[in-house]
Amino acid sequence: MILKGKAWVFGDNISTDHIAPGRLFHLRSNLPELTKHVLEDADPDFASNMSVNDFVVGGNNFGLGSSREHAPTIIKLAGVSAVLAKTFARIFFRNAINVGLPVLICDTDKISQHHELQTDLSTGIIKNLSTDQDITFTPLPDIMIQILNDKGLASHIQKYGDFNLGI
Amino acid sequence: MGQTLVEKIISSHAEHDVKAGEITIAKVDVCITQDGTGPLAVRQLQKIGLEKAYNPKKTILYLDHAAPSPRKELSNDHMLLRNFANKVGAHLSDIGEGVCHQITVEKYLNPGEIHIGADSHTCTGGALGAFATGMGSTDVAIGIALGKTWLRVPETFKINITGSFLKGVYAKDLILYLIGLIGADGATYKSLEFCGPTVNSMEMTDRMTLSNMAVEAGAKCGIFPSDKITKKYLESVKRGDKWMPLQPDNDALYERVINIDASKLEPMISHPHTVDNTKTVSQSIGIKIDQVFIGTCTNGRLKDLRIAAEILKNKKVHAKTRLLITPASRQIFLDAVKQGIIETLLKAGGTINSPGCGACVGVHQGILGDGENCLATQNRNFKGRLGNVNGNIYLSSPATAAITAIKGKISDPRKL
Repeated sequence: MILKGKAWVFGDNISTDHIAPGRLFHLRSNLPELTKHVLEDADPDFASNMSVNDFVVGGNNFGLGSSREHAPTIIKLAGVSAVLAKTFARIFFRNAINVGLPVLICDTDKISQHHELQTDLSTGIIKNLSTDQDITFTPLPDIMIQILNDKGLASHIQKYGDFNLGI
Repeated sequence: MGQTLVEKIISSHAEHDVKAGEITIAKVDVCITQDGTGPLAVRQLQKIGLEKAYNPKKTILYLDHAAPSPRKELSNDHMLLRNFANKVGAHLSDIGEGVCHQITVEKYLNPGEIHIGADSHTCTGGALGAFATGMGSTDVAIGIALGKTWLRVPETFKINITGSFLKGVYAKDLILYLIGLIGADGATYKSLEFCGPTVNSMEMTDRMTLSNMAVEAGAKCGIFPSDKITKKYLESVKRGDKWMPLQPDNDALYERVINIDASKLEPMISHPHTVDNTKTVSQSIGIKIDQVFIGTCTNGRLKDLRIAAEILKNKKVHAKTRLLITPASRQIFLDAVKQGIIETLLKAGGTINSPGCGACVGVHQGILGDGENCLATQNRNFKGRLGNVNGNIYLSSPATAAITAIKGKISDPRKL
């Protein structure tokens, strides 16, 4: 599947508090409402200015902090194609796959705000259409690809009744 | 080749011996959620028709982040969790009981076990010699229903601690120092295995402080051997029969060894807005503090409250500073009442919150005003963490927090 959209560039250490702030704790059971605040404490205008299929681009240690799965969930619900970062925090990375949000590890220094990006996840390459550069991303482990292909962990378990990850 | 602590524990829960880097399916013993992550976990199980607990006696649903509930939305979440626990026969730890990680260690988790929790500070359980790690709601939901999860066996950093802490320096200062040294992503995906002479005599409450903050260096877990200290602790909570010895092999393979001499450490402060932005207290003296917060799964235990009370005894909190205290559990609260600690803190001008997580996570019980500074004994100082993106959070030990509450500005606990 080809993903194509604009880049929204954030810096290093974007925490789950930036993405889904604790002060909005009471909205966690109202995901459509919480989605309106996605990444609000990093960029208050992001949610209203982004378009469906755009990319979130981070630096180092994207998603550090809390285990709240609501963070990748509302990025996904906002319509973001994928999150790109140099490195991800462990729990966020796993949660993103579990909710079916592609998370790609790559050199994001070559991406600036609003650059047009395009990728086919199976190729391992992100095309920066604004600079005509190819950026390679680290392939996901096989079991994560399988969970992603099954549209997340809950659907995977529903489909097989158990883990069916070839391990 | 010998095994690290996590290799031993995961091997005993998989169908074969595993080593670092392998991906495996492993049985899980203890599964927990809290009121911020539990509702999503329950809804995921409802959605896929898997509303059950594989091991209900070791499944605990905590109401601690918004406890008591400050809003109707959260009261409704609590109802959902109470109903689910009742339906599947799991434990429900209700408001006022305290922080999930504290109670899990007090009542449910044993050495050698695997513990997954839908809260990043689940790593606190590593203090007991268990493999304890935080995951998201769906991972833990599946763990609850099926009694297993998939794991990548982490590589291990051996953290070898020697020397005795000087007066005014504590385990909290050590972990802040370590995180400052290796960075907030310095141990991403790794296991931190604590060892050395200082660790061998370190009491459980301090081990919990170190394990609790492993995730702040990106680590998957922060684990201790199970030894005579572990045995003594389990006996003190009337679970002595659950003790088993657990040590890494002498020839275990470590990715990195970090040596720390505790006697060389100073009181440390994490400055806004990342935990690894650490400075010594000497470099932080004089910063005006509006709110001091002593509590949380990091430093809300009896020893922490006692240290604060000893400093605050017959003193008053500074007129322009407020002091909030949240005991980590009901048992700690009760013990602190019996020992006169709460009376001392109240007389000094402190405000006591109901045991829970509310202030630390920015839900209620201590939200900052615009531009205000807070010095907290919690584990995280991210922008917005105390409920206001325009607030600033500094992190320290309870001793530094207590002396700061008296002076109204960051002060050195060694100069009492």
